[in-house]
Amino acid sequence: MSLGKTEVEYISRLAAIEVNESEVNDVAAKLSNILDLFSQMQATDTENVSPMAHPLDQVQRLRPDVVTAVDQHEKLQSVAPKVENDLYLVPQVIE
Amino acid sequence: MHNLTIKQMSEKLHAGEITSVQLTQHYLDRISQYDAELNAFVTVTPELAISMAEAADKMLAAGNGELLTGIPIAHKDIFCTDGVKTSCSSKMLDNFIAPYDAYVVEKLKKVGMPILGKTNMDEFAMGSTSESSYYGPTKNPWDLNAVPGGSSGGAAAVISAGLAPMATGTDTGGSIRQPASFCGITGIKPTYGSVSRFGIVAYASSFDQAGPMTRSAEDAAWMLNAMAGFDERDSTSLERETPDFAAELNQPLKGLKIGVPAEYFGEGLDSGVEDVVRNAIAEVEKLGAETVEVHLPNKDLAVPSYYVLAPAEASSNLSRFDGVRFGHRCEAPKDLEDLYKRSRSEGFGAEVKRRIMVGAYALSAGFYDAYYLKAQKLRRMVRDDFTKAFESCDVIMGPVAPSPAFNIGEKSDDQVSMYLSDLYTIPVNLAGLPGLSVPAGFVNNRPVGLHIVGPYFSEAKLLNIGHQYQQVTDWHKQMPEQYQ
Amino acid sequence: MSWEVVIGLEIHAQLTTQSKIFSGSSIAYGASPNSQASAIDLGMPGMLPVLNAGVIDKSISLGLALNAEIGRKSVFDRKNYMYPDLPKGYQTTQLEFPIVGQGSLEIDVDGEKKVIGVTRAHLEEDAGKSNHGVVPGMSGIDLNRAGTPLLEIVSDPDMSSAKEAVAYAKKMHELVQYLGICDGNMQEGSFRVDSNVSIRKPGEPFGTRTELKNINSFRFIEKAIEFEIERQIEVIENGGEVVQETRLYDSENDTTRSMRSKEEANDYRYFPCPDLLPVIITEEDIQAVKATMPELPDTKRIRFVSEFGLSDYDAEVLTGSRDMAEFFEAVVKATDNKDAKLCANWMTSGFAAAINKDNLAVTDAPITAEMLAGMLNRIMDDTISGKIAKQVFEAMWNGEGTADEIIEAKGLKQITDTGAIEALVDEVLANNQSQVEAYKGGQEKMMGYFVGQIMKASGGQANPGQVNKMLKEKLS
Repeated sequence: MSLGKTEVEYISRLAAIEVNESEVNDVAAKLSNILDLFSQMQATDTENVSPMAHPLDQVQRLRPDVVTAVDQHEKLQSVAPKVENDLYLVPQVIE
Repeated sequence: MHNLTIKQMSEKLHAGEITSVQLTQHYLDRISQYDAELNAFVTVTPELAISMAEAADKMLAAGNGELLTGIPIAHKDIFCTDGVKTSCSSKMLDNFIAPYDAYVVEKLKKVGMPILGKTNMDEFAMGSTSESSYYGPTKNPWDLNAVPGGSSGGAAAVISAGLAPMATGTDTGGSIRQPASFCGITGIKPTYGSVSRFGIVAYASSFDQAGPMTRSAEDAAWMLNAMAGFDERDSTSLERETPDFAAELNQPLKGLKIGVPAEYFGEGLDSGVEDVVRNAIAEVEKLGAETVEVHLPNKDLAVPSYYVLAPAEASSNLSRFDGVRFGHRCEAPKDLEDLYKRSRSEGFGAEVKRRIMVGAYALSAGFYDAYYLKAQKLRRMVRDDFTKAFESCDVIMGPVAPSPAFNIGEKSDDQVSMYLSDLYTIPVNLAGLPGLSVPAGFVNNRPVGLHIVGPYFSEAKLLNIGHQYQQVTDWHKQMPEQYQ
Repeated sequence: MSWEVVIGLEIHAQLTTQSKIFSGSSIAYGASPNSQASAIDLGMPGMLPVLNAGVIDKSISLGLALNAEIGRKSVFDRKNYMYPDLPKGYQTTQLEFPIVGQGSLEIDVDGEKKVIGVTRAHLEEDAGKSNHGVVPGMSGIDLNRAGTPLLEIVSDPDMSSAKEAVAYAKKMHELVQYLGICDGNMQEGSFRVDSNVSIRKPGEPFGTRTELKNINSFRFIEKAIEFEIERQIEVIENGGEVVQETRLYDSENDTTRSMRSKEEANDYRYFPCPDLLPVIITEEDIQAVKATMPELPDTKRIRFVSEFGLSDYDAEVLTGSRDMAEFFEAVVKATDNKDAKLCANWMTSGFAAAINKDNLAVTDAPITAEMLAGMLNRIMDDTISGKIAKQVFEAMWNGEGTADEIIEAKGLKQITDTGAIEALVDEVLANNQSQVEAYKGGQEKMMGYFVGQIMKASGGQANPGQVNKMLKEKLS
């Protein structure tokens, strides 16, 4: 399977990763090689096989509904790139 | 001191023949001496190590020491360490001082194991060579031109060169076992869910599993005892009593049935590696085991299945790196899209970007069934192959990787052939089974490991086999000359 | 030309848990920014979700109330998109296997009953909030709300007017509060209604729908839908096409307007969350919830009519909220069920009027059920008349004490002593000789005049029945 520029641009948007003009061909070629690897899966009949999401057939454990967290915003925000008035700052978003 | 087994170190510490400070300083000195050429550490934490060693000595003096108290350790830079940089070998987290400890780090801290530093790895654990690190590649102590394997390449090199007696690793597609094989050390990936993932920076959640990297199987058993256990903060952590992984170390191997899958000795396997592995199996047979032929017919489906599923999970797991709450943020973003795209493109390396893009594509509208769902079905088929194989054998033995360590740069531009070299380790991750790599010989002066895979929860048995094998061989005791 | 209107609602009900759906952070409203955002809520590296047991029980109880299938195996999925209020870059929600499956809810519009299908209800986490204007050109993100548990209740497209839509929304609003799974506070966003509206010619396939989002009162929901229906008719009748989009309601101008349309359609790349395992609900789990469930409003309404002989109207009003119904039943019980209708009258008029006037919740009323019952007991034993009771009620409301204390302090006890009443009657008759003559001459309406005078002389405290009886004796 061979990806074109349009597909690479679409993937770039989905992944929020910039692919500039000079990289498009290389990225397209490399991703296409990987998709070729994927195509090896198609020959196998999986009609009666159910998908497996987890290695072990465990079920979800539940946590009691109690508040256990304490306010740690100062420590947690110490690693944040841009904070003001305890808020994380991003370029203006318009609702 | 660095040639002692963990048990011997522990005895000396408890007897007061050496102190933790002395032992820790010894390793710190070796790190200063050798790490410049190996580049196995991202961060070395001498002050932290010594202060923890002092505390460990107090514990020992007060009689509160456990088996591993006072023995220093190196953590893979994927484990969050409170107050210490946790980079995942990525520019994205170059500035990230973790504000909490991973479960494993917390547990080993409590035991009193001084932290020497954080080891180098493939960026976000995506790789088989440790070349994709933002901090440059780690070198293989057996041959500085060779890769140490990956992604836990720093950890493997550190053990191999005697820069730490124990190291933590994680194994998503082979990242403990393959570098263990390449560096001539012992590494075990336990059953999925045995060791909590809390505080381990996620690559692919349904595969990621932490485990010990040590010189010997015996050392690994002691370390796994300290690492494993139920953790209520990880929904996939197994709620079962943690067994004593060292309990079976000395069991005889008489009557052990070794499954030898024909598919693991086929095309693409280096003949030297094949000889090493077959000799190792023959050695185990001498201890009373017998071999049976088994089949893993869907082995070839494992690699494509894994390289759909793991990147799909990764594409979602790594969406949190957006330059807002932690991690790299680009300069002066003009709008939200710019903030995301630039921060991520500057912060992630090429292979990480590739896997995020592939993963996003595999999940995208129109491709989900053909890629993601198909891969999940194949995952079950691969698992069922193992279930069936274990009906006629106790463990499966084979190679860890198709070749010994290759040269740095040799495969870095051909992703698919790099992916295909994970063909023996990946099926084990798809199934969630435990797998052990023990040193079994050399090819062209580069180490080669023996891969031992067992049913769920058979870690004690695998370590028993590894330990018995290491009683009659000395591959695990060999060190590269210049680091002896 | 007649148009058929098709409306489906998506309701987000915030569940009344103590902690978040996947972390131990508090969900209390109004905390300072990011003080309730833990490392897990912030999606920090290596952090993992663990499911809150509270959300499961609450979902099961809604499922039972809607006669819905309960998802015996429900699965959490990730909905992937990046936005600053979504810390992990995905929302954990349920796509293929929701916790509540197909059910239904009966509504009543102008006396007509209609059953509205409920497609499903699934659990998901809420996002954080963006604040604007803290720093020019920047938005400030507060993630306290991120991870708050929501139950998204999706209806079938079964409603055909704004009135029906609002009746359904109100009924669901009443239900979730009855069940105690949501506080229903629309101002704080605990109960959010999104309406999908389309029109079509009868018999034709569904038309293109628009979505009206986050309108925080039932009145505005009704107005917004009505406006939107008119707008769509106008668009189509003028030869245009309805565009699938989200529209916002502008209550000041009573119009809807298009939200800035997202550049491209989203591709959410849903897949099962690998950090969470399937949730298994057993028959025992369901029975355990059933055992602790409150009586549902419809059942209660029917019981109030049959057990207490109330009118349909009174039963409707009294079961309007669980607090009101419980207050009423407490009053009936404290008056030994002697006169439930009298209790109902006082609840629907005096009590309901007073809380409405002061804009209070039933539970915040200054009088308790026991206090109201204390007063009603004094009416029932003829200590006070209904008229005096109004005075007593007002005094109780103003915090002057219990009914007995007020009656005592103000001397409001009814005069039932025959001698005292006779004296009053004699006095009034003696002072009104000409009226007595007129009565005897056939003007029977004078009777009312005498009663009035006597009551006035007694300060309203004479027992009116006794007064009447005595008067008739004296004048015969």
